[in-house]
Amino acid sequence: MSAIEVRGVDRVFTRGRNRVDALTAVDLEVRAGEFVSLIGPSGCGKSTLLRLVADLDAPTSGAISVFGKTTRQARLDQDYGIAFQQAGLLPWRTVTANVELPLKLHGMDKAARRARVAELLELVGLSDFAKSHPDQLSGGMQQRVAIARALAEQPRLLLMDEPFGALDEITRERMQNELVRLCAETGAAVLFVTHSIPEAVFLSDRVVVMSPRPGRITGIVDIRADGLVPAHDRAAGVREESGFFRAVAEVRAILHGGSGIPAPDGARGVDLR
Amino acid sequence: MTSLAETGATDARARLPIGEVRWSTVLAPLALGVVVIGLWQLAVDALEIEPFVLPSPGAIAGEIGANIDSVVSGARATGRNALLGLVIGGVVGVAGALLAGTFRVVDELAANVVAAAAVVPIVALAPVLYSMFGAAVDTGRIIVAALSVAVPVYLNTLRGLREVLPVHRDLMAAYAAGRWQVAREITLPTATPYVFTGLRVGSSLAVIAALIAEYFGGPIGGLGKSITSSAASSNYPLAWAYVTGAIVLGLLFYVATLTVEQWLSRHHHP
Repeated sequence: MSAIEVRGVDRVFTRGRNRVDALTAVDLEVRAGEFVSLIGPSGCGKSTLLRLVADLDAPTSGAISVFGKTTRQARLDQDYGIAFQQAGLLPWRTVTANVELPLKLHGMDKAARRARVAELLELVGLSDFAKSHPDQLSGGMQQRVAIARALAEQPRLLLMDEPFGALDEITRERMQNELVRLCAETGAAVLFVTHSIPEAVFLSDRVVVMSPRPGRITGIVDIRADGLVPAHDRAAGVREESGFFRAVAEVRAILHGGSGIPAPDGARGVDLR
Repeated sequence: MTSLAETGATDARARLPIGEVRWSTVLAPLALGVVVIGLWQLAVDALEIEPFVLPSPGAIAGEIGANIDSVVSGARATGRNALLGLVIGGVVGVAGALLAGTFRVVDELAANVVAAAAVVPIVALAPVLYSMFGAAVDTGRIIVAALSVAVPVYLNTLRGLREVLPVHRDLMAAYAAGRWQVAREITLPTATPYVFTGLRVGSSLAVIAALIAEYFGGPIGGLGKSITSSAASSNYPLAWAYVTGAIVLGLLFYVATLTVEQWLSRHHHP
């Protein structure tokens, strides 16, 4: 069974007389355990698509299923974990209490909660900061807490909306390495929204390229076809392989409309590092 | 994951922001105060200003020393009314804001009334309340203080209830959290520092209201009554001694509520 199935989805926002076609005729499948990135310039609807999958928003037309269920049922069944660009930690709770939040909301007993949180903090390397508050952590550490929280209930699907977008390049690459390891350990499927081509290529089995006005999918690059190992087996060194550069060039070409020359308008907001 | 010697983590101890205040920010106003009081004393001595115009700081200090028991018991009587008003007004303000935050219709009904109440000199109600509840009890004074507090607490709490971050709302939706869970985990903790901002603003108003309400009648013993009666008997340095007591009382209320506010919001801005 596929983790996510998107069929003929449109999302139109209307505000007064303004009509914005955020997504038009989107079809996408994410298989169980697969890492798929959505990349494209600002306004291409990649975050909107992720919000639709998370049932934080509803499509205007078309259908989305998550593990064969409606998105609403999947949300109620807690079939996915989610992380946003803002870590979104609760500032009045300690690191432990933040990671614990979903477990507490869903009625896990205290002893089991404590054990699970200790395990998760170990996983993201923040055991020493269990009693700290978010304002005492750096941006990268806060984001790791958010990822631990997203993993708390061992979801088979992770939805990540530019989780590393606000981090510096060095922290970002380290977080990418960690994410690969976490995914290998948990075997979860991931839908990952990003602005960065190297990030998408390094992390993904497949990169879905989108373009704005109207938001749609313009191409899908299978990174494994460029000779890279599956996403779960990647190490930092992959960034120096020729297949990596080939894949980066391929994604870039699709982003720029297949010409390889930056379109005057189309690629605004895309990170071409 | 191997090396996690992450830089940028700050000191993990809980602390009050007050602890970061530099000495100069404390010493500068103190020095200014000493200079002003010194000049005041010099001016009164050199220009031979009459005590009914302006008593000297020395004379006021002498009266405070001689009547310290009376000043303290006056501050206690007025402080009790102000404190009861602060608590009652706080409860009313928070309860009202919770209603208005939950039911839009309550907010729309109350908005104009509260805006009007915010500009009315509530203490002017005191004489009316004395005739309603009798001039032998403190009830009227407490109500005046409570009304003064309720307005800023209501407005600040309502604002706080609306400051919930979209990312927190999304997160709770993703967790399929119920209404009560959202209120307990997100909405109320977000609003808490705002409640105490309202209480801090209200604390000064409570003292002012309780004090001024005494000018219009009611039982004796409070600072307000003592100020009017010593001024009426031309004992101006003593009147000023009670005024000094009122200033200290107001500061106590302010600093206490400010400390609580700072403590509760110490982690609120990551």
